[in-house]
Amino acid sequence: MTYISKPTVHHPALQKNAIGLVRREYEGAMTTLCAGCGHDSITAAIIQAFWELSIPPHKVAKLSGIGCSSKTPAYFLREAHGFNGVHGRMPALVTGANAANRDIIYIGVSGDGDSLSIGLGHLCHAIRRNVNVLYVLENNGVYGLTKGQFSASADPGSTSKKGEANTMEAIDGALLALSLGATFVARGFSGDKAQLVPMIKAGLSHQGFAFIDVISPCVTFNDHDGSTKSYAYTRERNVEVVQADFVPHAQAITTEYDPGTVRSVLLHDGSWVRLRKVADQYDPTDRDRAYAFIRERQKHGEVVTGLLYISPDSSDVHEQCNTVATPLTQLPHEQLCPGSAELEKLQARFR
Amino acid sequence: MPRTNDFAFKIATANGTGSASANGLIMQAIFRMGIPVTGKNVFPSNIQGLPTWYEIRVSQKGYTARIPEFDLMVALNPATYVKDVAEVRSGGWLMYDSSWPLDATLIRQDLTYIGIPLAEMCNARFTGMRERILMKNIAYAGALAALLQIDSGIVRALLKEKYGRKPALMESNQQAVDIGYDYATANFDCPLAIRLAPLEKTADAILIDGNTAAALGCLYAGATVGAWYPITPATSLMEAFKGFCQKYRQEPETNRNRYAILQAEDEIAAIGMVIGASWAGARAFTPTSGPGISLMNEFLGLAYYAEVPAVLFDVQRTGPSTGMPTRTQQGDLMMCAYASHGDTRHICLYPADPREAFEFAAAAFDLAERFQTPVFVLTDLDIGMNDWMIPKLSWDDSYRPDRGKVLSAEQLDEVRTFSRYLDTDGDGITARTLPGVHPKGAFFTRGSGHNRFGGYTEDGDEYVEVVDRIDRKIQRAARAVPAPILQTMPGARLGLVTVGGCHAACVEALDILAAEGMAIDYMRVRGFPFGEEVARFLEAHEASFVVEQNRDGQLRNLLMLETGTAAEKLESVRYYGGFPMSAHHVISGVKAKLEKAA
Ligand SMILES: Cc1ncc(C[n+]2csc(CCOP(=O)(O)OP(=O)(O)O)c2C)c(N)n1
Ligand code: SF4
Ligand SMILES: [Mg+2]
Repeated sequence: MTYISKPTVHHPALQKNAIGLVRREYEGAMTTLCAGCGHDSITAAIIQAFWELSIPPHKVAKLSGIGCSSKTPAYFLREAHGFNGVHGRMPALVTGANAANRDIIYIGVSGDGDSLSIGLGHLCHAIRRNVNVLYVLENNGVYGLTKGQFSASADPGSTSKKGEANTMEAIDGALLALSLGATFVARGFSGDKAQLVPMIKAGLSHQGFAFIDVISPCVTFNDHDGSTKSYAYTRERNVEVVQADFVPHAQAITTEYDPGTVRSVLLHDGSWVRLRKVADQYDPTDRDRAYAFIRERQKHGEVVTGLLYISPDSSDVHEQCNTVATPLTQLPHEQLCPGSAELEKLQARFR
Repeated sequence: MPRTNDFAFKIATANGTGSASANGLIMQAIFRMGIPVTGKNVFPSNIQGLPTWYEIRVSQKGYTARIPEFDLMVALNPATYVKDVAEVRSGGWLMYDSSWPLDATLIRQDLTYIGIPLAEMCNARFTGMRERILMKNIAYAGALAALLQIDSGIVRALLKEKYGRKPALMESNQQAVDIGYDYATANFDCPLAIRLAPLEKTADAILIDGNTAAALGCLYAGATVGAWYPITPATSLMEAFKGFCQKYRQEPETNRNRYAILQAEDEIAAIGMVIGASWAGARAFTPTSGPGISLMNEFLGLAYYAEVPAVLFDVQRTGPSTGMPTRTQQGDLMMCAYASHGDTRHICLYPADPREAFEFAAAAFDLAERFQTPVFVLTDLDIGMNDWMIPKLSWDDSYRPDRGKVLSAEQLDEVRTFSRYLDTDGDGITARTLPGVHPKGAFFTRGSGHNRFGGYTEDGDEYVEVVDRIDRKIQRAARAVPAPILQTMPGARLGLVTVGGCHAACVEALDILAAEGMAIDYMRVRGFPFGEEVARFLEAHEASFVVEQNRDGQLRNLLMLETGTAAEKLESVRYYGGFPMSAHHVISGVKAKLEKAA
């Protein structure tokens, strides 16, 4: 018999979530990215969000394209299926996977090159289709993996590491998503985990395409003075307009806010997202005004962040396709094949 | 002497004038008379106005290949008169709309002209521009019924089936048929020397196009996800699939769909969706044509290397580039066999007619899942879009999908660890898992270098181990694809090899050559990688003619590459002008080679 009692104080990393898993169990392989890369911070936020939501990792599928950012699904949720596809075309893969099995929780990770150049068309159409996926665009203004060329999100006038100025207009992922009818649009900063985690949680609970553009500095190729995607620039110019608090399903809303500044939106799975307006006159449920506001602040060199837009009534790809509630992968053959007698009958049409 | 149940005629009209329904009516009526018949639609890449033709061949022996010379031309499009008049065989007939006189230059002394004032009669009987045009086209069907001795009772019955619910339409159609019929009977010696007489050869047959048949194959095999981007001549495959699904794939209680059809933004996305859906565990497919496959190449390499099933239908049309979108060809044989950069080899199935399109469509899903790889079903515009007479389709109710090595939750419970690319039983096929099933089943699917455990690698040996195993796996599929069709003749020292839709022309040509005393063995390949029988056949013959529809002899190239057969042993016979191959192409090709050798 032993009298040594177990320690009563748990190390925070060993704290268990509702399904008895510690945070480590939501981690993946060791990162191979550069030390300080913004993408690694986003990975940490994703791990935190999944853990807090107590999602069984094997019920998740994580898909990505090609790039430093697209490598990161290997670094979280080792018990989830991962699919590192081809450059820019993850939206197509996730659309097909989601059509096949709607019961899986899908997260797509991409970069600004992956999403806004080679894969721009696919991103647009996945938004239009409202595929049920949390889509994280890890935005560093450059192609990290091919060593620092400008990406389509590089702002005009910003310079490369070698001092060359970008002459073209930028494509802003959040504005693009808004204009295409996205039902959930957010922008975060890899350096602000406290802001990012609730947005990821809300995005995972959202029924439909949840788009989060995360400014994620590339320390190796785009963290210099002329960059508008550096840590320093983003810290200084980042203006949070809406703070999102995620209130899980069945949890009582306890915090009190000043009336008028808070808007609660019920998500499909019964959770709530409480939107606290930090900026005056901002309405995260008014698409046009949200768009105009972001554009306006951009002119003043500000990077607007927060849960920028959410549409509570969002009809996802399955509603559009009117598919059955059971995942198509689980339908028994008898329900799919009409059989020989019917084949005989239907051929009357061909006589 | 009358020629009964063995002739060909052609109808020349303009696109979008309703001639399709008249042509269908004629085809179907002949078929219902029990006479073997095939129809080939020669249409422009246009919606309205450009010339279009419909060719009908009646053959009591059941030959289905195209005949490029016609016994009778129904020339209703002045824009193509010159060409149409030239295509009638000497001694044949030309029917035209005599509401307007024929130009003297169109008169050939060796033809019999049948002038029927279709427009005049229809203008007198019907009102409204559109109706007059439509009815004029039905009226020629009536005239043909009289001239060729098509059973008018059957024609009436067909109209009733089609317009039973719209009595007014039924009435005007019947009137138009009668106008043509009565005029022909009153003014010409009906029937002509080419004529029809009832047979009993179609009782167990159907008239169906290959795209519809392939769609049925997808339905029966249990495909639930279809992704596509519209392209002629593949479009009607997905449209047919949708039609069948609306009928057979609705959950009765909820009216919800047991399928998802995704019209993608392009073919790259279409194949991506198929790969994503297959990866998640559904049976998924995409129908396309050459330009689509060109776009899909990168994704096909991923599916090959990461070992994800996918089923593709390539309804081939003439390439390269946009080519002639409404003409047929077998120009994608090489591309499909080795699609993608890097070393790849893909399973390909080559149906010769809609019946095989149905069967191979279903087989493709089993092969894709068993071998965890893309499978191509290559048809062509002729098979896909034209109506073929084939024996009725049948289905074995004991069929269950072969899902290949997919580990269940129970199986995963048992294993200590799971490694995606570990070949535990030496057959080259490794077990896969589906998302959402079991924590132990998780792995990272990637197109980047991976070792047998599924881990990322840049180690040469680890890389080679995996790609060599995949090669072995695909080579083994040679035994699983449909075996070639072989037909031998006593004393034959020469062989003739073909693929897909050329079959119709080859069997007819071989009969004719045999009647002339030439014994040639026959092989039609039906799957790639080629099985041992293919190499054996080539080995066993002094030389073989390789008959195909492309400029560069792609089948011949594949045979040389894959079986090591010497170039001198393979004589190329090709036709690639965009029409379906005819027996005479084969015969003249074979004879030319023989003369050269002599
Ligand atoms: C078809 C194709 N073209 C080019 C590449 C090379 N490539 C790999 S990653 C990449 C850019 C990635 O940029 P981004 O998506 O912004 O990711 P980051 O590395 O910045 O996170 C490019 C061009 C490729 N993998 N595939
Ligand atoms: S190159 Fe840039 S984006 Fe890539 S890992 Fe390094 S810091 Fe991150
Ligand atoms: Mg980038």
